[in-house]
Amino acid sequence: MMLCAGGAAKAQVTAERLLNSQKEPQNWLMYSGDYAGRRYSTLDQINLGNSNGLVPKWAYQTMAGGKFETTPLVVDGVLYGTGQDDRAFALDAKTGRPIWQYQRALPGDIRPCCGRVNRGLAILGDKVFMGTLDSHVIALDTKTGNVVWDVTAVDYTKGYSFTLAPLVIKNLVLVGVSGGEYGIRGFIDAYDAATGERKWRFYTIPAAGEPGSETWEGESWKIGGSPAWITGTFDPETNTTFWTTGNPAPSNRGIGRAGDNLYSNSLLALDPDTGKLKWYFQFTQHDEHDYDATQVPVMIDDGGKKLIAQANRNGFFYVVDRTNGKLLLAESYAKVSWSREKDASGRPIAAKDSSPTPDGNRVCPGAAGATNWMSPTYDPQTKLFYVTAREQCDVFSTAPQPYDAGHAYYGSAYFPNDESAPFYGALRALDLKTGKIVWEWKHVSPTWSGVLSTAGGIVFTGDAEGNFIALDAKSGKALWHFQCGASVYSSPMTYSVEGKQYVVVAAGSALYAFGLQ
Amino acid sequence: MMRTVKFWHVLLWAVTLAAAFSAGFAEPITAQAKNPYAGDAKMAKLGEFEFRANCAFCHGLGARGGGRGPDLTRTPKKHGESDAEIFNTINNGVPGTAMPPNGATQQGVGMTEEEVWQVVTYIRSVEKKSDAKSLGNAEHGKQLFYGAAACGTCHMVNGKGGRLGPDLSSAATGRSTEYLTESLRAPSKRLAQGISEAMKEFSQEYETANVTAADGTKYAGVVLNEDAFTVQILDTRENLHSWEKSSLKSYEKSRQSLMPAYDEKVLPEKDLQDLLAFLAAASGGGK
Repeated sequence: MMLCAGGAAKAQVTAERLLNSQKEPQNWLMYSGDYAGRRYSTLDQINLGNSNGLVPKWAYQTMAGGKFETTPLVVDGVLYGTGQDDRAFALDAKTGRPIWQYQRALPGDIRPCCGRVNRGLAILGDKVFMGTLDSHVIALDTKTGNVVWDVTAVDYTKGYSFTLAPLVIKNLVLVGVSGGEYGIRGFIDAYDAATGERKWRFYTIPAAGEPGSETWEGESWKIGGSPAWITGTFDPETNTTFWTTGNPAPSNRGIGRAGDNLYSNSLLALDPDTGKLKWYFQFTQHDEHDYDATQVPVMIDDGGKKLIAQANRNGFFYVVDRTNGKLLLAESYAKVSWSREKDASGRPIAAKDSSPTPDGNRVCPGAAGATNWMSPTYDPQTKLFYVTAREQCDVFSTAPQPYDAGHAYYGSAYFPNDESAPFYGALRALDLKTGKIVWEWKHVSPTWSGVLSTAGGIVFTGDAEGNFIALDAKSGKALWHFQCGASVYSSPMTYSVEGKQYVVVAAGSALYAFGLQ
Repeated sequence: MMRTVKFWHVLLWAVTLAAAFSAGFAEPITAQAKNPYAGDAKMAKLGEFEFRANCAFCHGLGARGGGRGPDLTRTPKKHGESDAEIFNTINNGVPGTAMPPNGATQQGVGMTEEEVWQVVTYIRSVEKKSDAKSLGNAEHGKQLFYGAAACGTCHMVNGKGGRLGPDLSSAATGRSTEYLTESLRAPSKRLAQGISEAMKEFSQEYETANVTAADGTKYAGVVLNEDAFTVQILDTRENLHSWEKSSLKSYEKSRQSLMPAYDEKVLPEKDLQDLLAFLAAASGGGK
């Protein structure tokens, strides 16, 4: 049985500690828990035998409106989180009492697509790092929340923002930009953690003349979207960082941007030191349904193979060889109508009749996807990949729309079809080898909750009705739940302080911590 | 020195917080504020693009209404008729309903003040002036409502009637005559919207529940709310029940409305028009 190491290590978080995060399961050092992106913890004090006795230990209320999407970090007894309107805070992880709070003064004309949200911090040394809605990257002092450095990444008035939790690799802070709804040109940046100096930028759309630029009609690449708004993963063995990209712009209209539209909706393998592209794999070519591939690219080692697994927004579960980008598996895990066949390499390709039409064309999955940004988890004990699935089809319409910098650029709209079956969701456990659904736990309505797995044999998730739920990772049987009072719009995490394990999730406008009696 | 530092820190925090909240998105405006783009066809067109991206999800293409959002081509509007009031409805949402505030919609993007005015201008450009007169006889409609048509068994209007179905006191301002007609002729085609919860994408709908409790008692009613573990219903005798689903012998939900369909035989067209006229009069003159 693994208890946390007695006594909090007071040394700062080093690059070495980040590489060896498994050695300190009592801490949660980055957004997905580890560089592999598994959101899995070896803590097992909370387990199948006692999880039905979980009780709330404390709550931290932001009292702010809007979606609360953070995954907090915990380092040596201190919890670091972000929240609505670009606030950040440090709490005592034992009691939930705030130690410091930071509130950014945002300009009145920021362009967030989907709420004034932020998904969390990254940490290195004496600083935590955050991307902001006005397209800055900032470093805050871990002890006080004071701003140490603050740099502008790009002009937010053109539709750019940051919502993701950054990823620290060595001495660099990596961030991917948001703005696929605004006709941006997407990028992934790396900043020097000590000074905030930008070290490299990788544009997710090649410029005219560069390889891949031929996949964009005319000058559509300049406003081609392709954001990179979910935290990537990192393989130190090959010194490769994996990032995923989102939709080409305008999302609902393929006319005018003929071509595959690289590197939208792709998995990118980058050199973290230089930002150079090693290889890519595109999930959805010439996307017309807003199927952002910005889901965590989870690294899995299985039977000698080195893999990346992703349950994609387009309804397919992909397994890719992460040494070379070769596709190994693509299997649907939700209702899919946009694709009915695969190409020679096994990749699902769009059916011609799935394109949006002026009067509307019903396609599954809908625009919010079979899943979205909420975190999946891979449990090495069960060898199952757990994903929050949404069963929601939409009617996609398209209309010509001129580009106007900083204004929403969708090329029309999507909306639910009244005659369709009611929408619902499910937590689905997928077999890594076949992609088949081994078990599912139905959600009454589609949710945006992520999933956490632990060595205690439990997966934790939430739902749109405010439940936070513990399930048996093998069977999917519900063991325990708590009604938080509003939607769980975040992904849970776990940590331990002074020998006690806690599971934490943001629900509604509060952060809840649960533990044993 | 320590104490002084703390005080300034707190003051700075408070000022920054205040600044942050005042420098938010489009702010609420006074009722007298004028639409800077009123009547501007180019701005209406830009507003249409914004509408498609941010509003059509509920209010449909052309603003003609969808399952969840009313037809916005109708006048008068339920939550305020002036440009400024429409601006505020868009910007602040309508608390307690499925209409979210600007920037908190599940689909689409947050809009700047300029963009919200564009949407207001677009809505104005597609509004239809209401028909001259309601076709029916409101007094006869009232007799039908509480008499032969038995609507009052399940529906309240201005405090009088039953509780099982939605309150219809302001139905005529919130919904088009086409929608109300469909609700009468084919009530299961689109179920009415029930409770909305903050941050939940979908409202509960008036689904029908059939329950067998642990002791074998059977109940039929309308689902008031439901989550993975519990369900709350109002049964056909207007009794409120709340159960852990795991305690029930059976729980079945159906999208076959408890409301019967009123076809032409049961409710001839003239009587339907009289009912609509009654609802319009009850809503305070909305057409």
